[in-house]
Amino acid sequence: MGVEQKLGNMGVVTTSLETAVNWARTNAMWPMLFGLACCAIEMMSAQASDYDMSRFGMELMRASPRQSDLMIVAGRVSKKMGPVLRRLYDQMPEPKWVIAMGDCASCGGVFNNYAIYQGVDEVVPVDVYVAGCPPRPEALIHGVLTVYEKVKGEKFKDLATK
Amino acid sequence: MNEKLEPIVKALQEKFGSMVEEFRGEVHVFIKPEQIVDALTLLRDTYSFELMSTLTAVDYWPQETPRFHLIYQMTSLSNNLSVQIRVPVDGANLKVPTVTRVYANANWREREIFDLFGVEFEGHPNLTRILLPLDFVGHALRKDYPLGYEEPQFTFNFEDIDVRKPYAKE
Repeated sequence: MGVEQKLGNMGVVTTSLETAVNWARTNAMWPMLFGLACCAIEMMSAQASDYDMSRFGMELMRASPRQSDLMIVAGRVSKKMGPVLRRLYDQMPEPKWVIAMGDCASCGGVFNNYAIYQGVDEVVPVDVYVAGCPPRPEALIHGVLTVYEKVKGEKFKDLATK
Repeated sequence: MNEKLEPIVKALQEKFGSMVEEFRGEVHVFIKPEQIVDALTLLRDTYSFELMSTLTAVDYWPQETPRFHLIYQMTSLSNNLSVQIRVPVDGANLKVPTVTRVYANANWREREIFDLFGVEFEGHPNLTRILLPLDFVGHALRKDYPLGYEEPQFTFNFEDIDVRKPYAKE
């Protein structure tokens, strides 16, 4: 966004604009369907009617990376899947955030061997880690709200230097 | 041993000179690698063992030579019988004839054994890696392949592991 690079620090104008932009981003953040393993079931159940994620803006999940802002890596990532994950992350347009859902995406989980990445942050930069095996839908929603806190704290000058 | 299975095992023993062992109701017949195609053809045509339930391998290194045992689990659906054929394969001579022409489902299973153990199947239509990444070096399920263990990161060794971990750049 060009306006971020040009605005810099202009006092009240910047602050209100930042608040507006961040509010818009958090209220309609669409996750990308990236359920790999068992954590996908909990992600599905968080999206379903009982623990509704639509109340927080995630009305639907886009399967296409080009149309999503948030990638929830749900499940273990094997060394064969790593390049695919990285390619999908690169195809997402800025601004984008990543949640590592579950133990396997955060740190390798129970799998400490030659075939599984010990934490998906070896492949993509992660913003929020959600622990659990699998994390309850409420825990995933808490992770999503933590991403929202992070987004609300973003300032233009950080984005301009990125 | 099941009475219906006894004449079949006896016929295999006479024709191929194989050793038979029994373990908790399972019958294991040891066949040499050169004889495996003939043995499975005999089982399929004469004794109606229509289904090869599974084809796997075990690595007994360093306790036993020969090192690998290929395990063919044969099931007869019409007679409700099952017998296990074991083929000992030595680590130095890893070539076994393929049984794809006898049982078509052996195709992917032999690819899996090649991928994970390194046993080569002669005559296989497409012997390439099927489970591991295609640029993987080595055969992962052998006993002398390292585990790939990463030390767990507790608070006392947090920084040591943190500097060594290959984090992704933006």
